[in-house]
Formats: sequence, structure tokens, C-alpha cells
Amino acid sequence: MATATDSPTTEVGAVQEFTVTLIVRRFNPEIDAEPYWQDFDVQMFSTDRVLDALHKIKWDQDGTLAFRRSCAHGICGSYAMRINGRNRLACKTLIKDLDITKPIYVEAIKGLPLEKDLIVDMEPFFASYREVQPFLQASSKPTKERIQTIEERARFDDTTKCILCAACTSSCPVFWTDGQYFGPAAIVNAHRFIFDSRDDQAQVRLDILNDKEGVWRCRTTFNCTEACPRGIEVTKAIAEVKSAILRGKP
Amino acid sequence: MTTTDVTIDSPRSPHARTRRGINLEKWGWLYMRISGVFLVALIFGHLLVNLVLGEGVSQIDFGFVAGKLADPFWQWYDFFLLWLALIHGANGMRTIINDYVAKPQVRRILHGALLASTGVLLALGTLVIFTFDPCPAGADPALIASFCGDL
Ligand code: SF4
Ligand code: FES
Repeated sequence: MATATDSPTTEVGAVQEFTVTLIVRRFNPEIDAEPYWQDFDVQMFSTDRVLDALHKIKWDQDGTLAFRRSCAHGICGSYAMRINGRNRLACKTLIKDLDITKPIYVEAIKGLPLEKDLIVDMEPFFASYREVQPFLQASSKPTKERIQTIEERARFDDTTKCILCAACTSSCPVFWTDGQYFGPAAIVNAHRFIFDSRDDQAQVRLDILNDKEGVWRCRTTFNCTEACPRGIEVTKAIAEVKSAILRGKP
Repeated sequence: MTTTDVTIDSPRSPHARTRRGINLEKWGWLYMRISGVFLVALIFGHLLVNLVLGEGVSQIDFGFVAGKLADPFWQWYDFFLLWLALIHGANGMRTIINDYVAKPQVRRILHGALLASTGVLLALGTLVIFTFDPCPAGADPALIASFCGDL
């Protein structure tokens, strides 16, 4: 074969190995007065994700490192973290896609109360989520199947993809200021039902979001669209809710 | 945040967020968009007439401004520019206060100060636009524009 001189590492698709430095923002409320940054060197493969690096740290180097994860495959939304200054899912971010010549900074998402290391209190986030009534409310009795056309379904398809990871809400500068704003995730989940032709309570949700802390606080910063690991066009969904309120109907 | 018991309201329980006072956020948002469109046109018209047409920048002096304010067209032009821009700006300031000031007391003081200064500026500006007289009768000639003597 003509490739006889190639070394194994240049083989296409070969798994490479490298050492990366992770700088993790640590905080233990029982000991520390202030969060601090701690470095870890880990041996990683090019197929590894940031979550694998965190696992390596927790399993081999420092068992006190606290973070949440459950499915480890980007669907439970256990939660996002701030990796190199951007909100992402640790379980979906490949280390090789980051700049591994520099240390990788990992910290908890912002705007929600820090509990320990990478864990925040998600309750304020879920409180606004519950407030938009994110469940189907059909007035008619379910005597027959509720037919929906392909177009009617497509209307809210994008917002059904939300996994409630809070990456968007915790990247929003308006949410950071006083945490009173409903936040993009709540609006996305309201959008999912407001534009569902089978739902009859769109008006109620539009009223809820036409609040001092509702959609009008959105400054179209686009941080949320940028942050969403599911690729939802969050800012667009918010804009659609705004125009539905102006129109007075979805 | 205290982590006391979290009770999830049963579905369909009414929305409970406390609402005090009237909510004009929707109208504020609309105002910003609509006034923005008009302001773009008004501001570029203003810049064009003052800085580009005629002799350009060098033409601006007391006489030039006095001449404009003597014309009802420019009076109304400046009137709309003043009101649309000042309210637009004040509403923007209000938004910034809402973002950065968490203490209700401080918020109230700043909102009050903003409202008062906007009101005073609107009143003074409107007064000047419609009552401006470059050569007030009977004034000390040393204090008024030199061309007043020629009139
Ligand atoms: S909209 Fe995207 S970023 Fe926001 S909570 Fe849902 S999945 Fe996460
Ligand atoms: S661990 Fe489930 S989404 Fe990341």
C-alpha cells in the first residue's frame, strides 16, 4: 500500500490522545466563603466530551467535585454549564471542538443561586416555567381524536424540542439583573402551547406573558438562541409571542 | 433562595404573580418601535438640513437657528423631534433603571427624578420652540444679536 510510511496517528479517523487542563469554579458552601478556581490536568481522547473530563476528575482525582447529570446524552437537560464562557451541555460538547491548547474553563450557569461547585438551585427557573401553564388545556371533551394538520403541527414544532436545561434563561442578561423576568425557557414552553391548535387557553398564557416581567423585557440579545443546545430559535419564538399579544390572538 | 417545601399548584389554578398598578409595557414597547421609525427620518432630515445642505457646518450660528425657529414648518418639525426623542430616551432610561436597580425605594426615587426632568425639559423645549424671539423688543442692545439693529 502507498500509505506504508504513514504513522498510525495520521490515520483518518484515528482516536487521538491529549492532555487538557480544566479550570473548574469550585464552591463548597460549608467551607468556602467565596467560589474559587481549581486546575485539573486530565488525559483525554478526541472522542471525549467535557462530561467525560468531569467524570475523570470526579472518579480519579477529586471525588468532592459536584455536578448534575443523568442521561449523559443531551436529552434529560440535567443541566447546562458555562464552558469557556458559553452555556453548553457538558454531555454534548466534544473536547476536541474546544481550543485544547488553552485551559478549558468550566463553571456553573449564571443568574441562578449557586449551591455547590457546578450545581445551581433550579427552582426559580422552574417556578416561571410552571407559571405559563405548560400543559395542554382543551375545553372540548375527548370523545374523538383531535386532528391536526401538518401545517398546524409545524407551527410549534421548534419549541417542542426544549429539554428545560436552562442554558437559555441563564445566558440572558435581563434575567441576570434581578431574576424576575420569566426568561426565555418559560416563553418557549408557553409558545409550544399557545400555537398548538388543540389547545384552547392561548389567551390565558398571552395574558400571563403580557406582564411587567413578561415578553416585553426581551431585548433581542440573541444570547438564548446562541446558547440553546437543541438549536431552538428562542428569540424568534419570543418575537412570535410578542406579535401574538399585539394581535390579541395566536 | 430558601429551599422550603415546593408545592406544585394543581393544573389550571389561576396565575398568581402579583400585579400592581396598570401595565403599559406593551404600549411602551410599541412606542419605542413606532417612534424609532419616525426618529430615523426626522434625525436624518435634521442633520441634512443643518450640516450638509447650504453652506454645510459653517452655516450654523445664532442667526441660522433663529431663522429656522421663525418658520412654522421647522417649529413643528423640532416639536416632534423633541417629544418623540425625549420620551423615547426617557423610556429607555426607565428600562435601564428597572434592570439595574433592585431596591424598590431607590427605583422609585430614580423613576421620579427621570419623570420630573423629562417633564421639565419637554415643557421648556416646547416653550422655546414656539415663543423664541431673537430680538426681544426693548432689550439692552449689548445683550442681543448684532443683526437685530438692522431689522
Ligand atoms: S429553549 Fe433550549 S436552552 Fe432553553 S431550556 Fe429549552 S433546550 Fe435549554
Ligand atoms: S446529562 Fe442529560 S442532558 Fe446532559
